[in-house]
Amino acid sequence: MTHMRPQDILMPVASGLCCKPGGFHIDPVRPVERAVITHGHSDHARAGHGAVLATQETLDMMRLRYGENFAGTTQAIGYGEEIRLGDTRVTFHPAGHVLGSAQVAVTCKDFCIVASGDYKDAPDPTCTPFELVPCDVFITEATFGLPVFRHGDATGEVEKLLASVALFPERAHLVGAYSLGKAQRVIKLLRDAGYDAPIYLHGAMEKITHYYQSRGIDLGELRPVAGVKKASLAGTITLAPPSATSDVWTRRFPDPVTAFASGWMRVRARARQRGVELPLVVSDHADWDGLTATIAATGAGEVWVTHGQEDALVHWCRSKGLRAQPLDLVGYGDEEESEPPLQGEAEA
Amino acid sequence: MNRFAELLDRLAYEPGRNNKLRLITSYFRETGDPDRGYALAALTGALSFKHAKPALIRDLIASRTDPVLFGLSYDYVGDLSETVALMWPRRGTNNNESFPSHPSPPPSPTRGEGAQQNAELPARVTTGSASESDGGSPLTIPSPLVGEGQGGGYTGQGVSNGLHPSNHNNPPPPTLTEVVTTLRTLGKTELPKQLERWLDELDETGRWALLKLVTGSLRIGISARLAKTAAAALGDKDPHEVELIWPGLSAPYLDLFAWLEGRGDKPVNRDPAPFRPVMLAHAIEDADFQNLDPADYIAEWKWDGIRVQAVAGRDERGQITTRLYSRTGEDITGSFPDLVPSLRLPGAIDGELLILREGRVQSFNVLQQRLNRKVVSPKLIKEFPIHLRAYDLLGDDENDLRELPFAERRARLENFIGKLGDPRIDLSPTVPFASWDALTAARADPSSAGAGEDADAVEGVMLKRRDAPYLPGRPKGQWWKWKRDPHIIDAVLMYAQRGHGKRSSYYSDYTFGVWTGRDEVEELVPVGKAYFGFTDEELLQIDRFVRRNTTEKFGPVRHVVHEPDKGLVLEVAFEGLQRSPRHKSGVAMRFPRISRLRWDKPPREADRLETLERMLKGEAAEVEA
Repeated sequence: MTHMRPQDILMPVASGLCCKPGGFHIDPVRPVERAVITHGHSDHARAGHGAVLATQETLDMMRLRYGENFAGTTQAIGYGEEIRLGDTRVTFHPAGHVLGSAQVAVTCKDFCIVASGDYKDAPDPTCTPFELVPCDVFITEATFGLPVFRHGDATGEVEKLLASVALFPERAHLVGAYSLGKAQRVIKLLRDAGYDAPIYLHGAMEKITHYYQSRGIDLGELRPVAGVKKASLAGTITLAPPSATSDVWTRRFPDPVTAFASGWMRVRARARQRGVELPLVVSDHADWDGLTATIAATGAGEVWVTHGQEDALVHWCRSKGLRAQPLDLVGYGDEEESEPPLQGEAEA
Repeated sequence: MNRFAELLDRLAYEPGRNNKLRLITSYFRETGDPDRGYALAALTGALSFKHAKPALIRDLIASRTDPVLFGLSYDYVGDLSETVALMWPRRGTNNNESFPSHPSPPPSPTRGEGAQQNAELPARVTTGSASESDGGSPLTIPSPLVGEGQGGGYTGQGVSNGLHPSNHNNPPPPTLTEVVTTLRTLGKTELPKQLERWLDELDETGRWALLKLVTGSLRIGISARLAKTAAAALGDKDPHEVELIWPGLSAPYLDLFAWLEGRGDKPVNRDPAPFRPVMLAHAIEDADFQNLDPADYIAEWKWDGIRVQAVAGRDERGQITTRLYSRTGEDITGSFPDLVPSLRLPGAIDGELLILREGRVQSFNVLQQRLNRKVVSPKLIKEFPIHLRAYDLLGDDENDLRELPFAERRARLENFIGKLGDPRIDLSPTVPFASWDALTAARADPSSAGAGEDADAVEGVMLKRRDAPYLPGRPKGQWWKWKRDPHIIDAVLMYAQRGHGKRSSYYSDYTFGVWTGRDEVEELVPVGKAYFGFTDEELLQIDRFVRRNTTEKFGPVRHVVHEPDKGLVLEVAFEGLQRSPRHKSGVAMRFPRISRLRWDKPPREADRLETLERMLKGEAAEVEA
């Protein structure tokens, strides 16, 4: 048999990353027969596939978001477990991105490709830490693929939030955070920093956050913000989807300080554009140093770069003597941009 | 420096004045001398050192990073200081390092924020699916952290230091004092090395603030006045008190902070030509007149120039020092050297800066040619001759007149101006009136009420109580301003943008336009932007209208329906017009605000650009003269 080329194993097609010898797609953006899903964010986990293979947490989140019939059949797989699909062996490994997030390692013959999905190597008390998987081809995201993105210490950012709450006790603090993963991490970091007052939640946050709690993550006392009197929200912290923090919804808060927890907050223009007053640099994704260190450590000789700032990362790889190419995959990005408003959370 | 940088960072995002004050005051409280003093100097623009050129910063980053990565980053961030601050590599991580010997340990879950979680969610190690064909990986496979505490030693920067090699014997980051005092004495050739050292020592925000400071582009929306007010709040003092002693103070203001914290006496202002906080007027409303007696008031013209304070005083050696202050106390003497020789007599005049040509007052547009000039050329001085029109006398030689009633100060002023006998300085005439009706008539037609040919430069009338002392700020019932009716046009709302701070959930910034074109092809062209003038209730109404009538969205901007029969007409009031090549319409308004909502008016009946062009003709002619 001729030499195996990586694109014989995984190939980008319109519906996503296709594994022909395995007969499945990874994070397909269109309905397919068999889908392998890395994590629960809506740009990666979509409804309508025939069969879905994912971690239990990811399957649970898809069920919460899309209802019972989100897929024909489902199969749960644990970290480190191996499954044979067609001519391939597939294993799941923690990606450190959100609860249940996984990197998918696809091995065909002796050749291994890791599709890392979204990942971060920084610590996160709400999910299993990122695990390094040595491989021949590493498929990396590049959300923060520019050297200006260095995210530093998330606990420091939470301290910044608490300092602001202490300085402005008569104002409400509204923290914009993606509802899956970021919100729970911010809450957990607040708790770890010793903040034990009730934390308020926008309606769109509740389901997923309660799911995290049901998985044994202690988030302290949480309350729905709906129906709470304006005056009693002074000095409190409320978590809300980013889109809500600049909408009429905010009028229920006394003189709110608008914070936003996101890796984008590293860049002032991005924060200003959103009208953020208290940018908190807390990211779900690896920063530049994390991306480059991870790529180097996988030992991969070839790197495929998807969604984000591909150019800079591809350039970096090549300057280090690695083969690298941007992978033309469409349909991925911040979950926020693609997330439809949840029912019952219309302007009020 | 890092703490100061943190303050600047926070201020840059905070839109509310009171909140800015709280942030600054809290910084002064938490930060010791002399750092806070230099911070106060930086915020009030009182620091002076030779600034670094952007080219120097570019050279520094070029020596440390890959040019392609810098280019991509700069394109993305759009600001040189910020790009450099964010991507400045820590020592030892620059890209000259060879990749195969990358000494970095693999990214590892031992970056311990999640110690507790590790116990809750079992992490598994895998060595599986590692390729045998890559000749054996040099990597050690990380073992998961199981256990308690911050296992990975994850403490702030430590994370990155652990992950990415760096110098563990880093010197502490410089203090603001160190930066400021070093910059003052540093030679030009030593600057690059010094900057590089500081950039290595500071964090991202610290580097950003440092670069903004050394390039002289510290624009964070803080006025000197606001910074002084924040300092005053530290000791529960009236900001005017700080303003009064300010000219005698210098960085790092140890005596000021000692006084504010009750540890020292109030510093004495020994400046021979100090600024005196300005007295301001309230806008008068129709209803106010019934409670006022015309006999209690003196009226004078309100000239459309710049309010200034011209002060001359003798120093210890008897030499005259002369200063021109803006109404906020900013020293603007340098912009008007041609006025200085005229201020020969020790005293303090409150007056209006104007341009006079052949004895005639020119419009504000003409005066504008002389504002904010770095270089004042002889040509400029000749073409735009400066003039001071005096309203009030606050000091006469050694005597402080501010406690005297206005009528008496006015008499002294007349005497003072007479003694001065200088063609560049004259007296603003009073407007005689016996009743409010008479004053109403004078205000409506200043030219026949004494202003003569200068009537166009009259902005309205001022009413000053005869017995009013000169009080700082805007005291109630002493001075009133009664402006002439502004220019009014009906324009159509075209775009709306969200406001900031309290208004961030409201569409409160409005771009409006007027009709232009010929025959069949009529279109609206934007002529201005306004974000005040409306009541809270009206804001709610417009906000609702914008949300319901959006045709397109571009980020924070909404296109609002504006067709001949569909749309919202805004009555816009403004003070003047100027030609502007930056606007598509070719005109720019001065001080536009929404004066009424014309729900009753269909957009097709709004004003046309020709109307504005007619209004412009008179004013523009003067500028070009």
